Amino acid sequence: MTLLTLEDLTVRRGPCPVVEGASLSVAGGEVVGLVGPNGAGKTSLMRATLGLLPHDGRSSLAELPPRARARQVAWLPQAREIAWPVTVERLIALGRVPHGRRAGPADAQIIDAAIARMDLDAYRYRTATHLSGGEQARVLLARALAQGTPLLIADEPIAGLDPAHQIATMEVFAGLATEGVGTVVSIHDLGLAARFCTRLVLMDRGRIVADGRPLEVLTPERLADVFGITAWAADTPEGPVLQPMTLSRRPR
Amino acid sequence: MIRFGWLLAELAALVAVLFAASLLIGPAGLPAGESLRALIAGDGGVMTLVMREIRLPRAILAVLVGGSLGLAGAAMQGYLRNPLAEPGLLGVSGSAALGAVLAIQTGLSAAFVLALPVAALVGAGLAAVLLLALAGSRGGSLTLILAGIAISALAGALTSLVLNLSPNPFAASDIMFWMMGSLADRSFLHVWLCLPFVLAGAALLMPLSRGLDALTLGEDAAESLGISLVRLRLRLVAGVALLVGATTAVTGAVGFVGLVVPHILRRAVGAMPGRLLPASALGGAAMVLAADIAVRLILPDRDLKLGVLTAIVGAPLFLHLVFRTRREGA
Repeated sequence: MTLLTLEDLTVRRGPCPVVEGASLSVAGGEVVGLVGPNGAGKTSLMRATLGLLPHDGRSSLAELPPRARARQVAWLPQAREIAWPVTVERLIALGRVPHGRRAGPADAQIIDAAIARMDLDAYRYRTATHLSGGEQARVLLARALAQGTPLLIADEPIAGLDPAHQIATMEVFAGLATEGVGTVVSIHDLGLAARFCTRLVLMDRGRIVADGRPLEVLTPERLADVFGITAWAADTPEGPVLQPMTLSRRPR
Repeated sequence: MIRFGWLLAELAALVAVLFAASLLIGPAGLPAGESLRALIAGDGGVMTLVMREIRLPRAILAVLVGGSLGLAGAAMQGYLRNPLAEPGLLGVSGSAALGAVLAIQTGLSAAFVLALPVAALVGAGLAAVLLLALAGSRGGSLTLILAGIAISALAGALTSLVLNLSPNPFAASDIMFWMMGSLADRSFLHVWLCLPFVLAGAALLMPLSRGLDALTLGEDAAESLGISLVRLRLRLVAGVALLVGATTAVTGAVGFVGLVVPHILRRAVGAMPGRLLPASALGGAAMVLAADIAVRLILPDRDLKLGVLTAIVGAPLFLHLVFRTRREGA
């Protein structure tokens, strides 16, 4: 089932386009990794997809009325904002805001499931603002999960996490995929992207330059061209492995 | 949830007790039982007149003013996600004061009773329209703050200009005293004048609780939760302008209530900005009632101004909060 369709999406900041002519569709059960160097337009693409940025072209999500969209897609911004010293449980419960006025037992169940999935049981009654950056990131992801949407879009959800929690988070996305949930994540760790994403979308200077299976997208030519790096890559019985090795040119 | 219900019940009880105390305390020194009987039964005598025409409107106004300032302060802090935000930030109270000052200076206020509050309402209304034009439908919270600061600076400067050029020392001192804020010598005319605005403002702000809760996660995340930030901002500005404009018009500037009350109650509501709205409205009513009683008890024959007292009490309270925050931060 297609959860998201982009057709010729263009975003302008002033006169110059930061996303140009992006077309893409995402189905349930996919973990789509959005990769590309800094400034490639990943965040702008995601925000325009959600209708948070003015754009030309078409995004199936941006066309929905706000409430309906909030039941279709959850968004985890890169800025990890927690304005007030609320408890972890209350913060996660904010994911239920689009689902009507009074919180019922079904809401409590979904909140419990999100807390369990992100392994946050021990933090439930702690004050969210007193947690470490990595812990806050997990709490905010649990908030997005509590929204209970068929699609999740997350901007660098594993940045700043320790290796175990990076892997655990990617496994959460893989687990959601087996339940039919689609995920779009922007990610800088190409190794984890290759290993856990079912599909990669590579962006460079506002354009989508490749879209497909991880090692088909991250070819040596594209790695040199787009990222300016070389990498060691292999399809192993354990899945694809990719290890960035050297610079092939000075970073731009 | 149950604890939150209890908190609201306790605050409401506190307001009720202070309301009764406000009715029973005054320079006339009437005995409590008799004065209550005079209030309810009404024998047409002096005591009924004092109770019904002086003390009752004064107590009602204290509730309206305190509730408005508390609610507006909590809404502003929730929207701006900043515990230092306060209702005066939008420049509406400054503009209301400018309207009132012009009414005093031109002698209009001496001509008929409602000239001053009506002029203040006009000032507040103009400020609100200007604010909405500058920062209503477009731009984020920063645009709103900048527009508010610009308007309040302009209103402050023009108020100073009027004082500066005032040829009449009596008008100048009237202006100074009015600006200190007071509930003394107000009548039911003042209550009826500000009540509709206060009710409309509260009706605009109270339903914002879910949107303000969602804003805990930032503007982007709130919008992705289905909250329309444009509508939220319009309602917020209109609601705060109605509450602050109307109450400034009848009492002058009463500072610190909108800043301190949400601060004190934040922990009790688990820091949720939505729950802070009703709690802070009740807390503000209690604080202004208490301050207005204190004004009458401390210097009964010197007409101590309410706004002076709330600032004297509010500033140290705020300092205490600073120390607490420092301790928690360390």
